Amino acid sequence: MTEKKLRVLIAKPGLDGHDRGAKIICRSLRDAGFEVIYTGLRRTPEEIVNSAIQEDVDVIGLSILSGAHNVLFPKIMELLKSKGADDITVIAGGIIPDKDISPLEKIGISQIFLPGSSTQEIVEWIKENVRENNSK
Amino acid sequence: MKNNNLSKMDLKKSLNHWKKEMYDKALENASPKQREYSTVSGRKVKAIYTPLDLDGFDYLKQSGFPGDFPYTRGIHPTMYRGRLWTMRQFSGFGAAEDTNKRYKYLLSHGQTGLSVAFHLPTLMGIDSDHLLAQGEIGKCGVAVDSLADMEILFSGIPLDKISTSMTINPPAAVLWAMYIAVAEKQGVSPGVISGTIQNDILKEYIAQKTFVFPPKPSMKLIIDTFEYGAMEVPRWNTISISGYHIREAGSTAAQELAFTLRDGIEYVEWALERGLDIDEFVPRLSFFFNAHNDFFEEIAKFRAARKIWADVMSERFGAKNPRSMWLRFHTQTSGVSLMAQQPYNNVIRVAIQALAGVLGGTQSLHTNSLDETFALPSEEAVTIALRTQQVIAHESGVVNCIDPLGGSYFVEKLTSDMDREVKDYIRKIDDMGGMVKAIELGFPQKEIADSAYWYQKAVEKKEKIIVGVNAFKMKHEPIPILNIDEDVTKQQLARLKEVKKTRDNSQVREKLRDLKKAAEDEQNLMPYILSCVKAYATLGEIMDSLKEVFGEYKEPVTY
Repeated sequence: MTEKKLRVLIAKPGLDGHDRGAKIICRSLRDAGFEVIYTGLRRTPEEIVNSAIQEDVDVIGLSILSGAHNVLFPKIMELLKSKGADDITVIAGGIIPDKDISPLEKIGISQIFLPGSSTQEIVEWIKENVRENNSK
Repeated sequence: MKNNNLSKMDLKKSLNHWKKEMYDKALENASPKQREYSTVSGRKVKAIYTPLDLDGFDYLKQSGFPGDFPYTRGIHPTMYRGRLWTMRQFSGFGAAEDTNKRYKYLLSHGQTGLSVAFHLPTLMGIDSDHLLAQGEIGKCGVAVDSLADMEILFSGIPLDKISTSMTINPPAAVLWAMYIAVAEKQGVSPGVISGTIQNDILKEYIAQKTFVFPPKPSMKLIIDTFEYGAMEVPRWNTISISGYHIREAGSTAAQELAFTLRDGIEYVEWALERGLDIDEFVPRLSFFFNAHNDFFEEIAKFRAARKIWADVMSERFGAKNPRSMWLRFHTQTSGVSLMAQQPYNNVIRVAIQALAGVLGGTQSLHTNSLDETFALPSEEAVTIALRTQQVIAHESGVVNCIDPLGGSYFVEKLTSDMDREVKDYIRKIDDMGGMVKAIELGFPQKEIADSAYWYQKAVEKKEKIIVGVNAFKMKHEPIPILNIDEDVTKQQLARLKEVKKTRDNSQVREKLRDLKKAAEDEQNLMPYILSCVKAYATLGEIMDSLKEVFGEYKEPVTY
């Protein structure tokens, strides 16, 4: 049984240029055997969703530290839905206040990793949760 | 001489004896055994340092006295006995009214200078009604689209008495012009105002990633501000050459210092090429460093920074004015070192880092607030951060004596190691053809990403312990934080619309055309930007006119 490598898009919505975390996650996921695509900085919701569909990814990891998550994340989730791509698992990390977490989970963000999360934790979470959801 | 050698041999013998008979034996019973010790930057640290580590140390050449070459011990002869550092909290959120209120609060509680945090659209040189501004308005700082916002931001604050630092990079010339215009409206002439614009584009390509134009026109615009400042705004620091963001992006202490100082060299070279006089513009260059967790390494970094800059100025550039050799710097405690877990512990981290900045001889200091891993600081959190500085200044006694750690075998050894490593990096970048070339090759970016990755792995292997994160964990308890009202967006968009409606639009178009023409003719753009700003042209309009001439930078996407 050959297993298809999970494909992950690491995306930077928002105007901030803090890419330390995103880059570390990219390297760690690649080292853990995933196919990783990185969008680069300051991507609009449209650009992120289009890349995810074109690259046929299983997971989108959103990294944002600008504070615009409450506006941009819902846009991304709506676009995924309207384009029939809401089978893609969406996770997020960055500067996200506690009170925003539950509303973001309600709109379909599967998991939010706060500062201090280990890359291992994220790798394991994807392995456990994504394989079940959309193994192809 | 003979005696000296003899005592050196004796010392070596005693040290070896101590190491073998006492230290190693005691360590055998210790747990954990044989641990390697290293700084947060991965620098190996020995158990003890002695005069043997300072073999060949020349006090006058390497340390000297405060206020005298090579300034290792401080740039002023009196240091904090003459004047404490400026307590300058970086602050800005919501609309201009909100931030104006916070500034007045901070000034009334003993803060001694202002430091403006602009929201991301302003930092990127776009207006609040731009597509990319959605969700960002007033979030990471204060929204400023035009002179109208700037007038509110500083209303009731006397610009002849308060110095202001503005963290702004690609559009630095525009925000500076707005500040000059507001001062003039208060009846304060440009010759009197003082402050700093960050205006450091090189570290943006390297680390912070807030860039707009490609490197060459960006450098041109920066040299324009040097030239204009030297003539018209002599008390203004026209650049704050910043290592802060390089460190936050994951560099080591030595890399932070090396890349920052090499950036400084690059600006000096470009300005000399323009024909500026070294001893006229260099005294207005200032620096900005990070104060990270590793206490002694940070202090050594600040001491080495002063010495290297003085050496570079005198040896490489032949500067004669002592002020050209002074490395004046602002310090901010490390944002990345703050943790979301058990956030009150951040107060302690900040205190230790701030102390390192003070022992390192900083000219001004920002202490981070405990809640910054969640949001911009609440009033309560920022008050604790300011009080931390006041306790260090007035209660700890560390200001009594200048450079109190000078002469410590360990700190002196760290300082001279740092000096050597940084100069090696500078030579390497010289060999690449300078910093702009090195950035195009991706050299500093790669070095930083590698260091960041190494550190993350060290934390995950628990080689580096972070209290509350990979040790001493507790259940997460949310803390109260500052909310930015979404109404700010409506308010800001309404004001922008109003400005565009009530100004003389034909005058705005004319001024923007003049600016574009001046950019094409490679003239100094400051006077043209000032005219645009006074006509209430918006930041986005001014930057768009320049983009038409300069183009835009596209970063290669790598990780």
